Amino acid sequence: MDTSVSTVKNQTVYIRPSALTDTPSHYCPGCTHGVAHRLIAEIFDEMGIREKVIGVAPVGCSVFAYNYFDTDFVEAAHGRAPAMATGIKRLLPDRVVFTYQGDGDLASIGMGEIMHAAGRGENITVIFINNAIYGMTGGQMAPTTLPGQKTSSSPSGRDVETMGFPIHMAEVLAKMEGSGYIVRRSLHDPKNIRLAKKAIRTAFEAQVRGLGFSMVELLSSCPSNWGITPLESLKWIEEKMVPVYPLEDFKVAPTLAGLKF
Amino acid sequence: MTRELLEGNYAMAEAAVRAGVEAYFGYPITPQTEILEWMSHRMPEVGRAFLQAESEVAAINMLYGAACTGARVMSSSSSPGVSLMMEGLSYIAGTELPVVLIDVVRGGPGLGNIAPSQGDYNQIVHGGGHGDYFPIVLAPASVQEAIDLTVLAFDLAEKYRSLAFVMADGSVGQMMEPAELPEMRPVRKERPDWAVTGAVGRERRILSSIYLNVELEEKTNFRLLERWYEVEKNEIRYREYYLDDAEFVIVGFGTAGRIALSAVRAARAEGIKVGLLRPVTVSPFPAAQVAELAQKAQAMLVVEMNTGQMLNDVLRIVKGACPIEFYGRMGGVVPYPDEILNEIHRITREPVSPDGDPRLRWMQRFTPGRGQ
Ligand SMILES: Cc1ncc(C[n+]2csc(CCOP(=O)(O)OP(=O)(O)O)c2C)c(N)n1
Repeated sequence: MDTSVSTVKNQTVYIRPSALTDTPSHYCPGCTHGVAHRLIAEIFDEMGIREKVIGVAPVGCSVFAYNYFDTDFVEAAHGRAPAMATGIKRLLPDRVVFTYQGDGDLASIGMGEIMHAAGRGENITVIFINNAIYGMTGGQMAPTTLPGQKTSSSPSGRDVETMGFPIHMAEVLAKMEGSGYIVRRSLHDPKNIRLAKKAIRTAFEAQVRGLGFSMVELLSSCPSNWGITPLESLKWIEEKMVPVYPLEDFKVAPTLAGLKF
Repeated sequence: MTRELLEGNYAMAEAAVRAGVEAYFGYPITPQTEILEWMSHRMPEVGRAFLQAESEVAAINMLYGAACTGARVMSSSSSPGVSLMMEGLSYIAGTELPVVLIDVVRGGPGLGNIAPSQGDYNQIVHGGGHGDYFPIVLAPASVQEAIDLTVLAFDLAEKYRSLAFVMADGSVGQMMEPAELPEMRPVRKERPDWAVTGAVGRERRILSSIYLNVELEEKTNFRLLERWYEVEKNEIRYREYYLDDAEFVIVGFGTAGRIALSAVRAARAEGIKVGLLRPVTVSPFPAAQVAELAQKAQAMLVVEMNTGQMLNDVLRIVKGACPIEFYGRMGGVVPYPDEILNEIHRITREPVSPDGDPRLRWMQRFTPGRGQ
């Protein structure tokens, strides 16, 4: 009998990361918030930092992020997660502090807090979910909404003449001297998800190494508010969002460049 | 310890340091910037956290995060800055965190001016933030009291997991008086059992002000209210002056109360039986004391440096048991003792109407910019 086959058969290839709680998800079908949560939890397991982590949840669809992570968590006011994270990190510098924020939260109402956290080189990690829309309040225009994109508050499409242009946060924050690691990734297919995971790992490694502000911007889907199917949503990210939001490394502190994990 | 000549703002800042404050976040605004400046060198000197935030919005949310770690934390600001903090203050109240905030009140509304005022009474005492919450508010009338109440604010905030304000006006913040600072207390090492510090060898902890389940939010509202009644039972503080045989009673807090005391002394020298009740906790308010005084008083005079914000509370408490008059200066104008003495003369020499609106009567005899 070929024992190698049976070994493979019994091998666990997919389990819930221990840093993720056993909680049914409240996210809509096809939403990539769940994918991002899982990647982060896997990294906590791999780095063995679960007990050191303090998360800061935003106001937005991920307001309940704290339900899913088996780590200490706090819930910030809309846009203020980087300020709250700053307060925690300044008192507990040996803890791993991260915020998880949507594009309305981070790039609109919270623009001041994110800019200054980066400017100060605050040693925190930010996971930035860019889904080009306000999810929680039902699909209004976000600062990241694409030109021409229809939302419930830009019903004829975002007209850049009156509603302005998309804001490219990763590019902007990479300009800050205090930032140590700023990249954009996407969650629209398995290959990109793997790349996103590596970036999230690097961002947390940057914090552990005290390299200053780190952020991973993740292009994400919102089928419910985009009004298309989950599958179409992934295609929409690839075809519509990626050309506007290039998947690049905008800033990588030299000591991070050679990291292997 | 010995008495030194101290400025109110520096004194409150150093009192907080000696009370073991572990983190300060703030933004410059007159007339309290000295607190920020003092903390900027003092906190690093004793190995504690100091950060000049990019705005009061950021400062209050940094404070929110810092408070979640169970540390002793504070900020300070003045009226417009406190307005900006209101959302964060409501979140802090909803999360039931101990936080101390010093508001050195200035003239308003709007940008107003940088002169002493009591115009934040409603914003602080009755809560400018959204939702049902009940802050503890301490109102010093001297540099010494500012020191003592700053220390007390930390203890009360922690005892009740509550917001505790020191509501000083610009004159308390900026005047110099001899006062004594407390001994340096050691920083509290132990952390409360709700603190978010990283789930090392224990269940995770979550701190949040969200209760989507309306029954849970209702329970939270009720818990905060019950706790407030505990605060009212235990923590009311006030100062009484010449009240034993007083036929006329003045009520005033902070600097207005202190100036009223000078007027009371002058009136006593003339043989007028007038006394003063100065609430030290304006929240919880010494309601029973005011009600009892109203039973005996021929008339009551409320003195404030605003348009009569506390007057509304006094009217509600006194319920017509005695006639009430009001005298206020506003917009950063500080009354002279003589102005209050004139009011004392008036209420003791002429009958005071038991009906009508004391504020309207005051408006009729008042000239803005000049006084009586
Ligand atoms: C001060 C304040 N303003 C507005 C809101 C309402 N609000 C809740 S979530 C949200 C938008 C969130 O969108 P985004 O950050 O893009 O996250 P998503 O829901 O898409 O994940 C808004 C405007 C609020 N809670 N607080």
